[in-house]
Amino acid sequence: MEKEKINFTDETNSNPSKKIELKSIEVRLQNLTKEFVDKAGKVTIAVNDFSVVIPAGKLIGLLGPSGCGKSTTLYLIAGLHKPNAGRIFFGEDDVTNTPPEQRGIGLVFQNYALYPHMTVRQNIMFPLENMKIPKQEARERAMEMAELVHIGELMDRKPNQLSGGQQQRVAIARALVKKPRVLLLDEPLSNLDARLRLQTREEIKRIQRETGITTIFVTHDQEEAMSISDEIVVMNYGLKQQMDKPQSVYEEPVNHFVAKFLGNPPINTYDAKIKNGQLVIQDNSVVEKGFDYEDQEVVMGLRPEYLRISQNGKIPAVIDFIEHIGRDTMIICDIPETDQRLRAIVPSDKELKVGQLVKFNYSKLFVFNKETGERLR
Amino acid sequence: MLEFKKDDFKAWLALAPTLLLMALFTFWPIINSFVMSFLEGFSFTGMPPERHPYAWIAGGTFESVGFSNFTQVFLDPDFWLALKNTFYMVIISVPITVILGLLIAVALNGIKRFQSFFQTVFFLPYVTNTIALGLVFGSVFHSEYGLINNLFNTVGLAWINSGATWGRSMFVLMAYTIWNGLAFKILVFLSGLQSIDKQYYQAAQVDATPRWRVFLKITVPLLSPMILYITITSFIGAFKAYSSVIAIFGTGSYGPVGNDKMLITIVGFIYDKLWESSMPFGVASAGSMILFIIIMLITLIQFQISKKRVHY
Repeated sequence: MEKEKINFTDETNSNPSKKIELKSIEVRLQNLTKEFVDKAGKVTIAVNDFSVVIPAGKLIGLLGPSGCGKSTTLYLIAGLHKPNAGRIFFGEDDVTNTPPEQRGIGLVFQNYALYPHMTVRQNIMFPLENMKIPKQEARERAMEMAELVHIGELMDRKPNQLSGGQQQRVAIARALVKKPRVLLLDEPLSNLDARLRLQTREEIKRIQRETGITTIFVTHDQEEAMSISDEIVVMNYGLKQQMDKPQSVYEEPVNHFVAKFLGNPPINTYDAKIKNGQLVIQDNSVVEKGFDYEDQEVVMGLRPEYLRISQNGKIPAVIDFIEHIGRDTMIICDIPETDQRLRAIVPSDKELKVGQLVKFNYSKLFVFNKETGERLR
Repeated sequence: MLEFKKDDFKAWLALAPTLLLMALFTFWPIINSFVMSFLEGFSFTGMPPERHPYAWIAGGTFESVGFSNFTQVFLDPDFWLALKNTFYMVIISVPITVILGLLIAVALNGIKRFQSFFQTVFFLPYVTNTIALGLVFGSVFHSEYGLINNLFNTVGLAWINSGATWGRSMFVLMAYTIWNGLAFKILVFLSGLQSIDKQYYQAAQVDATPRWRVFLKITVPLLSPMILYITITSFIGAFKAYSSVIAIFGTGSYGPVGNDKMLITIVGFIYDKLWESSMPFGVASAGSMILFIIIMLITLIQFQISKKRVHY
């Protein structure tokens, strides 16, 4: 038996007993812009002057509502779309004009795009056959990849004989088998049911940790992004809103949009005013002092878990609905004389009734400019 | 047992006109010609030597039941000529039209600009009258004033006119058949191609798949149900070739003047036997049965092969 194997990627070792480690590189996007022009000549800016540095070996979630440009960004990184302006760097290489097949990316499509007429093994081996890797070595590499994603026993099945989660793993194995520099995942969990989703996202995290590959994934699900990403990039209208560790983005959102987009149940927003340096709510009571801003309309942001019922609370509200959710209780309240509502998570031991007037205090408060959404405090 | 539900009644009612017409013009003639092929000395008129118990089926008179019609077919040199010609036509025209159609469809699917314009161009032969098309081919390949002879400076060379060889006439006939049949195949393949998920191609592109491999490993397997459909219908169509020969050589002749049976086909043979005054009707029926069996066998073989190759 021939012991030596040809290494097609310099950094890696194809000995199956060793852990599969891939080269980690940094991905840099500089002022990336992508416009789409439809038949009527209408221009849509899908990605707008987008700059971000994705550190080597990290798992990054691109998060945003549908139509925010996150998938377009992923396809730009993949090379399936050409940017109108800006540059893309993989490590030191400028890949802006490099065709996708030469970029060294592994791409997992939203619906996996597994070839339905090929078995799992043939699917995983397909990229290797394109690289003209000897059959024996290709089989071994496919097998070790299948074992990494825990589908070793399914190699001779066809994709339609697999569950969604298994198909997802095959797609990841196919993307990783050629040892790419960057792994890209488009909405990796959206086609899975709730239970599989939980399992698969841990799986993605594990695979990413074990291989150490720089991974970028796209999602509209904030929980998904927060749970597995090392850092998240929140996008809206093609613009980068914020990039940071998930918890930091949650706790220190830079604007109204980010605050609203992250968190479940969502953040409470409450219209208020800054008057003479003071934060004033509807009933003209002063909530906070020391605002060094001009008088303006603002929005207060209060996360449900930041609210506390307190005798000397500053925000009065009437309980409209009580929902017991295990350890805690969620209450939905009407704020008198406004059409605004508050959602609060309070400990279950409190005796509460619908119609009861309560006063809320808060442990943390965000204040945003009403028009620009910019965070003031 | 099938249950006769209320909805079934509506379904049957809706199908009734078609079924009735099919029974009258398709099923009955098939049964009838099957029966007729075994009736010796069959005639729609004339006095029977004896009333046969099955006379009512065929609606005429006959002498006896047996295989003499089949023997007569097999003893006829025209039949063997027709069989040979038809086989050549099938073997030449089917693979070429299917492969050419597939390649043109893939090419058409690949172009971005003027796609619908080119689709229309390639679809035009389908909506053109086949006889008119045959006349065009006839004049293009005419020995004296034909475009081809003028182009290649071979004026006087007979392609389909008197003195043409089997090979040259077959070439013209095949060119015509392929051209005539291509449009429909392109249309079917094109609609098949457009229903293939683009992500397969993007996935292949990301994995640096060479073009020919994309075609052979992705396009062809994903299109295989359409390819099977087109191959089977092409085989059947080619075995039934008749009007194409007539369109090239003119009414009643299957070859150039002086050799008017040169490119006779099985259907042509059957048709001739119907009108030969001395020939009992049973002979044409026997010919049809033979054609039917050939087509059925080949279709069955294709289905058998396709079980491994077609991915639904």
